[in-house]
Amino acid sequence: MPLFWLILVVLGMSAIGFVLGRQRALASAGGESRDLHSLPNYYGWNVALKAVVPAFLLLILWLIAQPLYVGSSVSATLPDSAVPEGSTRGLVMAEVRRTAEGLDNAVEQGLLDDDFATNARADFTDVTQRLKDAGQIVTAQITQPVLRAAQSYRVMNASGSFYMMIAVLLIAAAGFFFAVRETNAEFRARNVVENGIRALLIGAASIAILTTIGIVLSLVFNTYEFFTLYPASEFFTNLTWAPSFSGRGGGSDLGIIPLLWGTLYISIVALAVAVPIGLFAAIYLSEYASPKVRAIAKPMLEVLAGIPTIVYGLFALLTVGPLLVSVFGDDGLGWMQSGTAVMTAGLVMGIMLIPFVSSLSDDIINAVPQAMRDGSYGLGATKSETIKQVVLPAALPGIVGAILLAASRAIGETMIVVLGAGAAAKLSLNPFEAMTTVTAKIVSQLTGDADFASPEALVAFALGMSLFIITLGLNVFALYIVRKYREQYE
Amino acid sequence: MTDMPMEDAPVRGSLTQVDARTKKRNAAEKRFKAYGIGAILIGVAFLIVLAISIVRSGAPAFTHTVMDVEFTVTQEEFDAAEGELFKTKAYSNLFISKLAAQLEEKGLEIEIEEAAIERLLGKVGADIREFYRENPNALGTPQRFELSASSRVDGYFNGRVTRDTLVESRFLMLADLDLVDVLHEAGIIKGAFNWNFITGADSGVDNPGGAGIGASVIGSFFMMLVVLFLSLPIGVAASIYLEEFAPKNRFTDLIEVNISNLAAVPSIVFGILGLAVFIQFMHLPQSAPLVGGLVLTLMTLPTIIISTRASLRAVPPSIRDAALGVGASKMQAVFHHVLPLAMPGILTGTIIGLAQALGETAPLLLIGMVGFVARGYPEGVVAGFTDPNSAMPAQIYTWAARADASFYDKAWGGIIILLIFLLSMNILAIILRRRFERRW
Amino acid sequence: MYDVPTTERGVISNQVKFEAKNVQVFYGDTHAIKDVDVEIADKTVTAFIGPSGCGKSTFLRCLNRMNDTIDICRVEGKISLDGDDIYDKRVDPVQLRAKVGMVFQKPNPFPKSIYDNVAYGPRIHGLAKNKAELDDLVEKSLRRGAIWDEVKDRLDSPGTGLSGGQQQRLCIARAVATEPEVLLMDEPCSALDPIATSQVEELIDELRANFSVVIVTHSMQQAARVSQKTAFFHLGNLVEFGETSQIFTNPIDERTESYITGRIG
Repeated sequence: MPLFWLILVVLGMSAIGFVLGRQRALASAGGESRDLHSLPNYYGWNVALKAVVPAFLLLILWLIAQPLYVGSSVSATLPDSAVPEGSTRGLVMAEVRRTAEGLDNAVEQGLLDDDFATNARADFTDVTQRLKDAGQIVTAQITQPVLRAAQSYRVMNASGSFYMMIAVLLIAAAGFFFAVRETNAEFRARNVVENGIRALLIGAASIAILTTIGIVLSLVFNTYEFFTLYPASEFFTNLTWAPSFSGRGGGSDLGIIPLLWGTLYISIVALAVAVPIGLFAAIYLSEYASPKVRAIAKPMLEVLAGIPTIVYGLFALLTVGPLLVSVFGDDGLGWMQSGTAVMTAGLVMGIMLIPFVSSLSDDIINAVPQAMRDGSYGLGATKSETIKQVVLPAALPGIVGAILLAASRAIGETMIVVLGAGAAAKLSLNPFEAMTTVTAKIVSQLTGDADFASPEALVAFALGMSLFIITLGLNVFALYIVRKYREQYE
Repeated sequence: MTDMPMEDAPVRGSLTQVDARTKKRNAAEKRFKAYGIGAILIGVAFLIVLAISIVRSGAPAFTHTVMDVEFTVTQEEFDAAEGELFKTKAYSNLFISKLAAQLEEKGLEIEIEEAAIERLLGKVGADIREFYRENPNALGTPQRFELSASSRVDGYFNGRVTRDTLVESRFLMLADLDLVDVLHEAGIIKGAFNWNFITGADSGVDNPGGAGIGASVIGSFFMMLVVLFLSLPIGVAASIYLEEFAPKNRFTDLIEVNISNLAAVPSIVFGILGLAVFIQFMHLPQSAPLVGGLVLTLMTLPTIIISTRASLRAVPPSIRDAALGVGASKMQAVFHHVLPLAMPGILTGTIIGLAQALGETAPLLLIGMVGFVARGYPEGVVAGFTDPNSAMPAQIYTWAARADASFYDKAWGGIIILLIFLLSMNILAIILRRRFERRW
Repeated sequence: MYDVPTTERGVISNQVKFEAKNVQVFYGDTHAIKDVDVEIADKTVTAFIGPSGCGKSTFLRCLNRMNDTIDICRVEGKISLDGDDIYDKRVDPVQLRAKVGMVFQKPNPFPKSIYDNVAYGPRIHGLAKNKAELDDLVEKSLRRGAIWDEVKDRLDSPGTGLSGGQQQRLCIARAVATEPEVLLMDEPCSALDPIATSQVEELIDELRANFSVVIVTHSMQQAARVSQKTAFFHLGNLVEFGETSQIFTNPIDERTESYITGRIG
């Protein structure tokens, strides 16, 4: 684990730097710490930070850049003839990476020696056999160009890691010596260290932006790639969803509409359960319940929100599904074929959303000023009249916002639909039929056997993009409404 | 205002008599209140049904059926069996004869076929042979064997398999159940606590009885370590910046908007991010707790930042003023005074964030933690982070997705373990809050 | 003596509307109102004055049982309206509040149209048989609230869009729309500017023709301007109750004198 050791060495340098910086500062002031501009520890921190921060930044950048650089330069050496008909350069590169990894593992296990692994004249059939002997997964027969590419991939990676180590250590040492040299009694160590820490704080806060950028970029690039393989117009208008299972080659119908319909239908059922129950629960808790009842009932409802979705998924699959079948199935009303259905998933998702709706609405109802209620009571209105005609209309924008947030939750929910809704994409109105959703298909397309470069897998990114845009739109809109609502009464 | 019609207010009936309209209105009032109570009761009822179905369906995972027999194998019998060509078969026969003898002693009689024993217990001869070859001293003295019965026998005892529903197969015949009943009557077959479920690793698709959740608990543990050591410092640093230092400008607004939106992004999208960035782009190992931890960190960060900022905001400005007043720098005021005071709140928020991350499944599906059969424990700490492993919720999903219904018990059992972890984390958070909560 | 012009107009009716005997109010453990006895006459403006926290608002809220909406509040003693004990178990507070309307310190129009604000009370009490009757009632109430001319062209615009003084007069119109017998006003002018205050005060004087009005006020000038009877509260006790002119010119109790001359408050 050379990377592990590299990190340890840099951290060690920084620890030594701390002690050294402190000592040097004290020495320069003749051991009289009051003559220093800052507390002695700040001089230590100054050296420690200057040794570790630039080095680690370089390390991270290098770790990200190296695979890109190596990948693209190896890919450039691959002749066009190495890319078989119907395949893409990306697929071949995946093969190259796998082979390189196999070689690495085989060398590590001592089944291949390093010379052999790098020998350009090595015969590919021989290597394939040896890799298989080493227990490495070799999907297709390795071709000579792939083997050559894999070998140069390995070599470039190894030298890249070596240069990285040198560069990181040099930067760490440079920061170390620079910081030690500038240490003297007049040096404003505290200000420098505080500025450094401030920069680190800003960096930490920026991770939220980086995450969003990461999400957007990973969705955009892969979606773009998908649309080069599959026409966007088809994706948005095709009424069938029928990916071919071969993983390669055409014949797939990848229309998002049936998935959107399933998502929408399940969400509607879920909201039909969650909104009335959640809203009435919130009304009761905020307007009627005594503090004692509230203290018991509110956390009990909130427990429902703390339960992981996998539990709800299992509950849908194994408890609610069979229960519904026994009532609506062939033994009962004959409407339902199997336990996985829109109704099953929608009902369970509704249960999950009850606390979400109720606690948001509770907050919002509580934000309605007491003066409104007093005004209504003062006119002789009963509690329910006050709630129905004054409180709820006043809270309406906020409640709509809460429901939209709940809808966005329902649309993005994965585990319940993966386990409870079924796998068949259908455009049907029967709530007792199995349907599937955008999230469920993202999971199934990315966990199947399809290669990541095939349209069948890439479609998941286009689905993810649609999901992201829909939920983001809903969230932004809902948060805007709720904020406006709050401001109205502040 | 002279044109205003001035008339006396109408005189109404006595206050003590409720008129018809008020009666109707009061009835509506009662109805409305009843809806509210009904909604609460429905919510609580769902919770109770959920709890009951978890406990009822999950309990069988913690017990398994064992055949508990005590018998003596003499040196002669051992030698004779070792002399045979099919040694395992010889031991099986030996076992059957001992078993038959014990049943006879108790006045029970039944034909015991070798194939039936194999269906019930697996290759029992091999186990016995191995035991005696390793412990030759045990020969000649009575030894007690606790042999796990197959999962279908488990199913027979907990009602999943009944005589009516049993489909005869090479796994279990109807006649075997007669044998099981007799052995049960003799007290030889009985239930025992299934330690293997808690400590063991996952088994293959054909052996539900041997599946355990232990390895995936370790996987989850390493994942949570990653989440804790990344999200706590980053979350606290980001919150301190936003709450204490950030000027009001576009950049800060952008961060704020990003955080509140990320908190509501579906978790599956974080899975896509993990797949595209960490696995495809950075080529980190698939199925590794390190990658899972990174994805969950990004997912939990908004939650932790939001709760941390609330704790920082709860520290009154007078504390900062006091520190600044004695000449501390802003940075010193925050790190020496504000942060320590906000720490209990921050820790509480972090634990709750971790609990959320622990139960999260969807992103793990996409980075390959599902379907991976975690057959053993990782070797060493580094391997714990980088070697493929499963995680608790992913393991539960894997079991739920398997065709064999016997795995469903395991899935429910896994949920009980998962919920125990979540419950203890939440209780810890509540205790922390109670213990250190400070009202200003 | 504090020299203020006192109202001398109109005859004070002697018919008793409210009668309070030995009223005690507790907020949890706090004894907020102690042994209050008072008689409030019909077609009269009665003012409650006193320093902040003296219990005058609390007592006012007992008169239409608004304190019922506060969980920890407990009322003892007897308050009767036209001879009926309003705290009797058989009395529905909803019916009581239809008879005893209330106007609050801060104007609190509902987030509805001006029309709906006024029509709210008549609708819940079923005072109008049809739309035309309701329209009439709304117009009449808005006229009584002295705001009709300002809003007659925009009855559909939200009540929250009016100015503070207009909002308060709208709230008064809303209160009189249910045709109450008594109108309680809890510092109705404290959130208003002087012009709006004088408009509301003028209105109060006109309302006296139809209703018994009880007004809580901080301002002694206001009490002197609008009321015929004044009650002075101090630390939860009713210190003195009598003709407004007498209270302001010739108070009996020392504390009343201190208050109206500005020594306590």
